[in-house]
Amino acid sequence: MPSFASSAGVQNNSTEGNTTNPSRESCFGLLKHSIAVHNDLEATTKQSGQVIISYPSQFGPLTQQPLASVGVTASASKVESLRSHQQKGQQPHLLFLSSQFENWGDSTMADASPRTDTSTDLDIDEKNQMLEQGQLAVAGASDSSDRSKDKRLDQKTLRRLAQNREAARKSRLRKKAYVQQLESSRLKLTQLEQELQRARQQGIFISGSADQSHAVGGNGALAFDVEYARWLEEHNRQVNELRAAVNAHASENDLRSIVDGVLSHYEEIFRLKGIAAKADVFHILSGMWKTPAERCFLWLGGFRSSELLKLLANQLEPLTEQQLMGICNLQHSSQQAEDALSQGMEALQQSLAETLAGSLGPSGSSGNVANYMGQMAMAMGKLGTLENFLRQADNLRQQTLQQMHRILTTRQSARALLAIHDYLSRLRALSSLWLARPRE
Amino acid sequence: MVAFVGHCISMDRVAKLAAQKAVVVFSVSSCCMCHAVQRLFCELGVSPAVHQLDEDPRGREMERALEKLVGRRAPAPVVFVGGELVGSTDRIMALHLGGKLKPLLRQAGALWL
Repeated sequence: MPSFASSAGVQNNSTEGNTTNPSRESCFGLLKHSIAVHNDLEATTKQSGQVIISYPSQFGPLTQQPLASVGVTASASKVESLRSHQQKGQQPHLLFLSSQFENWGDSTMADASPRTDTSTDLDIDEKNQMLEQGQLAVAGASDSSDRSKDKRLDQKTLRRLAQNREAARKSRLRKKAYVQQLESSRLKLTQLEQELQRARQQGIFISGSADQSHAVGGNGALAFDVEYARWLEEHNRQVNELRAAVNAHASENDLRSIVDGVLSHYEEIFRLKGIAAKADVFHILSGMWKTPAERCFLWLGGFRSSELLKLLANQLEPLTEQQLMGICNLQHSSQQAEDALSQGMEALQQSLAETLAGSLGPSGSSGNVANYMGQMAMAMGKLGTLENFLRQADNLRQQTLQQMHRILTTRQSARALLAIHDYLSRLRALSSLWLARPRE
Repeated sequence: MVAFVGHCISMDRVAKLAAQKAVVVFSVSSCCMCHAVQRLFCELGVSPAVHQLDEDPRGREMERALEKLVGRRAPAPVVFVGGELVGSTDRIMALHLGGKLKPLLRQAGALWL
């Protein structure tokens, strides 16, 4: 009489495997059940291993999944020996089992999905208890008696019901997930539509071929991004020219004209930024037109002058004492100016917060509505000063470059501009590398 | 005529206030750029006299006078050093980066170092 330590075995199989297919476990449970009831064989249930079963095709994808695990061969051979030990008149082996499955499949599938779930552990407990009782009752009786048949049917019914419940539950979960997906897609669609609308308003002609020459006027975010890309391209070209001239030890005059060109090109981007800020100050301030790494270290919509000067100190040797003093003072001054502007921005943020908080309070009365409007108008006014701060920051950057050029010789200025360019382009490259990094 | 006189009076008042201390800043209390300029002077070790135009009963006229001086609407902050007009934020920043602000402050006796 096989002991029903198998219950432990079954439970282990149910709980240990998120990896194992629950349906396989239920079928497996059925297998065990069938084997146990039929005979007095040492059950494969005693083993912790599982058995390879091939299912009938009703179970769809399940048929492809073997219940392979440790101890399979031992179990499989056990099944073989089971078969050989069976008495006649019974259907002890896999054929019988598959017919069981067929019956099960026809009558118990509550929904269209071929996947069913295992009964809960509790159900399995119950089942197994009943099995045990049934086992005791039919002790020694190897023929399939009516009684054991009834027992089998009861248990089969119970199992079917449990599986129905489980299937229904899973179906509900799936539906919920699908609806959530639909919702988020809808949201995304709305966002895209808004973006498109905004882009159209900014006067950008959205053509299918995305040909830049079609871009019509507009100084908004998209237009600026395009202009910046063009500016950067030209800037890189100029810097390459400068590098070639430095390496070729070009004449003072040649160098100077190239350096002047680079500097006035810098002025061009500041000018463009100013125009774009009038249309969309947040776009410029947030640095959305820059690469992620640059954006991370952004200060008021651009680079930090004091930082660039710090990096130059090492690059520019030899410097005369006067030059060294000049550069140090310039760095110091720009640092102080940056701090002052930063504090101004903080004051702005605080002031804005207070204004917005001021409009909070018990709603309903008309006085509060007027108050709200007033506060919002005030907040709008404050936002207007953002453009001013951006302009001051860009002025700072521009003047830093000009002062630097004034302090240094032409050749030193050339090397300084090269160093600045290399540093910033490394930062840009870092962004690309970071985005392309292999992730776990 | 009255307006002209009024303007002169405001201008005089501005000039009078500007001469009261080495560094004088005409500001608006809610203006954050004014705050930034004040912070810069603090960092330099200077304590300017700050006149809030919105808190002065004659603030509006003074603002108009300052607009004429600076050549710009919403002129604040306007900085005077040693009684002389220096200018607004742009000017202050440019002077500082050019290393010219500190000497100016020293000259006016606002800075000792």
